[in-house]
Amino acid sequence: MSNRPFAITLKPGTSLSNLTGTWRNERPVYVDRLPPCNNACPAGENIQGWLFHAESGDYQQAWRVLVENNPLPAVMGRVCYHPCETACNRGLLDESVGINSVERFLGDEAIKRGWKFDRPALVSGKRVLVVGAGPSGLSAAYHLARMGHQVEIQEAGPFAGGMMRFGIPKYRLPREVLDAEVQRILDMGVVLKLNTKVENIEQSMQGFDAAFLAVGAHIAKRAYIPAGDAAHIVDAVSVLRSMEGEDKPMLGRRVVVYGGGNTAIDVARTAKRLGAQEAIIVYRRSREKMPAHDFEVEEALQEGVLIKWLSTIKHADEGSLTVEKMLLDEKGVPQATGEFETMEADSLVLALGQDVDLSLLNGVSGLEIKDGTVQVAVNMMTGHAGIFAGGDMVPSERTVTVAVGHGKKAARHIDAWLKGTAHQPEAKHEIASFDKLNPWYYSDADKTVRPMLDTIRRQTTFDEVQGGLDENTALFEARRCLSCGNCFECDNCYGVCPDNAVIKLGPGKGFEFNYDYCKGCGICMTECPCGAIKMVPEET
Amino acid sequence: MGFQPVKFYQTGTFTVGNRLLTPDERSLQSDKGRSNSINSGHRACQGCGEALGARYAIDAAVAGSHGQLIAANATGCLEVFSTPYPESSWQLPWIHSLFGNAAAVATGIAAAMKVKGKTSVRVVAQGGDGGTTDIGFGCLSGMFERNDDVLYICYDNQGYMNTGVQRSSATPPAARTATTMTVGKEPGNVFGQGKNVPEIAMAHGIPYVATATVADLRDLEYKVRKAMTVHGARYIHIFVPCPLGWGTASNDTIRMARLAKESGTFPVFEAEYGEVTGVLKIRHQIPVEDYLRPQKRFAHLFGEHPHPETIARLQLLADRNIRKYGLLNGHAAAADEANEHLRELRISEGGN
Repeated sequence: MSNRPFAITLKPGTSLSNLTGTWRNERPVYVDRLPPCNNACPAGENIQGWLFHAESGDYQQAWRVLVENNPLPAVMGRVCYHPCETACNRGLLDESVGINSVERFLGDEAIKRGWKFDRPALVSGKRVLVVGAGPSGLSAAYHLARMGHQVEIQEAGPFAGGMMRFGIPKYRLPREVLDAEVQRILDMGVVLKLNTKVENIEQSMQGFDAAFLAVGAHIAKRAYIPAGDAAHIVDAVSVLRSMEGEDKPMLGRRVVVYGGGNTAIDVARTAKRLGAQEAIIVYRRSREKMPAHDFEVEEALQEGVLIKWLSTIKHADEGSLTVEKMLLDEKGVPQATGEFETMEADSLVLALGQDVDLSLLNGVSGLEIKDGTVQVAVNMMTGHAGIFAGGDMVPSERTVTVAVGHGKKAARHIDAWLKGTAHQPEAKHEIASFDKLNPWYYSDADKTVRPMLDTIRRQTTFDEVQGGLDENTALFEARRCLSCGNCFECDNCYGVCPDNAVIKLGPGKGFEFNYDYCKGCGICMTECPCGAIKMVPEET
Repeated sequence: MGFQPVKFYQTGTFTVGNRLLTPDERSLQSDKGRSNSINSGHRACQGCGEALGARYAIDAAVAGSHGQLIAANATGCLEVFSTPYPESSWQLPWIHSLFGNAAAVATGIAAAMKVKGKTSVRVVAQGGDGGTTDIGFGCLSGMFERNDDVLYICYDNQGYMNTGVQRSSATPPAARTATTMTVGKEPGNVFGQGKNVPEIAMAHGIPYVATATVADLRDLEYKVRKAMTVHGARYIHIFVPCPLGWGTASNDTIRMARLAKESGTFPVFEAEYGEVTGVLKIRHQIPVEDYLRPQKRFAHLFGEHPHPETIARLQLLADRNIRKYGLLNGHAAAADEANEHLRELRISEGGN
């Protein structure tokens, strides 16, 4: 210091002695917010989490994160109605991320490359009986097995899959895909007993520590339709079920389907493929009121399925039906008009919904049955200790995804119950809504459209209608993810800080604030593309 | 634009870095070992655009000169907040002399290096808009005219901020400052030509002139690094919002620069020997009003007694920039880029 001229030269970088962090009245903190896709997923998938790995092309890791919550990605990538995409923030920017198509790609990739589930690390010594090998039962079995429990599935039917096999047509879910994903679960050591109908749960459960019931809803609802002796009336469930056997159903050249749900659409499209010249859906309300998903209606119409709106079937005879026209009143309820007409029909298929076969529960104490479904508590347990239930047999939306979610949820509670504790789900993080993002930073990129089979082949074969993405398009699609609410290491906070108060920790490690110098300006929060930084007041 | 935009990769070249990019595709600022030419502990206000712009630019210049850089600094915010005795934030040889002579001091250093045969040592001069467009303008014009081997960087925050927000010749029309009060028929700064120093620099026919903002880091780094590959007089004018002087939120500094660019208020371009050679296109055009409204210095144009005709005049100025520099069609270009990326991915995999 002595040989330096006074007040003329300063040592470089000496401003470090001035701790500007004391100026701050708000501090930035890194947060993980809940992406809307994850929040919307009935199966509780960590979608943003697995897309993160898919973005870097690490498909195996992406798949492994995916199957932490859902063991059936190849199935789900085909049959899920993807509420995640409806919730996706990117939908407000251009179009939602094709989450479902990337999921399918990962599922198919896993089958192609033979990726297996890890075998459970520890063995609990507990035995759990799962009744029904549908999506809910398979999901529960998988999660219970991962937790180290010994699982046996007893299935009444000749194959595993439940409604995935006996309800969803092949052109939407090829059976080899289903078989591969079921087999992978069995490879973990889960025992599957086919053609084993549980008649009495209390008897079947002997030797097990708990049971999860997921028998589904397989009994077709009947509507009383006056019919002549020779009228050919069948129900949708048995039509779709017999598609899996040797003898395909004989429906004739003119098939009328009665109902407005997804099953009605499935059966009409199936009839078309079986050679029906005309497949006509009769539905009592209008298209807006139809419970079937819009894209399925659209695909059916493309394939030549006809839909007769605002009509009810009054009488069925050999070769013809009497139909009454309806009119919606101001509340949207269809009212009879007294106008009748006759339709030709070789067969009438009823697709009016399904009921649950609850006979296995006869005599079980403590159960509550309401509207034909078993009531369960928040922990998925019925009124009888140790018997849990899920899927279509409990009150909820009846989709594969919901069923898979039930299986996972039930497994966690069963695991806790077996240990004599209660499973406490973690508190949900704040939602990463669109207003938390800075969308400026995302590149402009439109959604990748999946290829569709030619209409002529859709009308005549059971080949899969919707194609998948290839590796390039899947990578592109994954990279459309905004990573809402979760840092994806774009380095923005590190770059935009005027005070160099962000420390970069290196790949995979993220960032840290240096509160000695952070003045609390909040630029990092505003310029974080994905909303992973929050400003919180300093304590005074 | 001259820099190579990275195709797609989620955020492309819009963010500072991205884990999906190879290190050489990322910005210098994303580097864990960046030089931090201006260190922590400086006394700039919260959210200072100038502190940020100076680190962006000088780090790039240090990289462009392989660490052999000397900086001369005019008086102004940057000098005051970075070197309060006995501290300095600078981590490179740095000199401050007077308000108006930074260009001349830098010229002298460049001459000295030449005499000493130290050809690898490069010189940069820097100052705010006051020290550049007003007080140091004569020295700057002389440096241009002699084509001295100096890169001059002006950090434009549109006024004399550290002395209490007085008007400079870079203050925009209608803006309120301590010396352009919001009184009379046409409140705020007058509508005149101001002083457009980037265009004046171009009129000197020097090898390189560019404008940039703190909202477009990749563009800024590209321009500084390009300037460092050229010898002779070079000028870069960087738009740096000032939360204090403009009355904006401290977290909105980068957003304000972005709005200025996206509205056409501040054209971002580069020019060689007096000819414009590239512009940074507007990506999502916004009306000038969206840029003005968050700023308290324009608050008198809104509120109870609004001045829609003044806003319309400011819009006309932006429209003139858009026409003059051809700033539109950025969005279409970005979308094409993503599609091209997808197509290239397919070709590279031998697909169709």
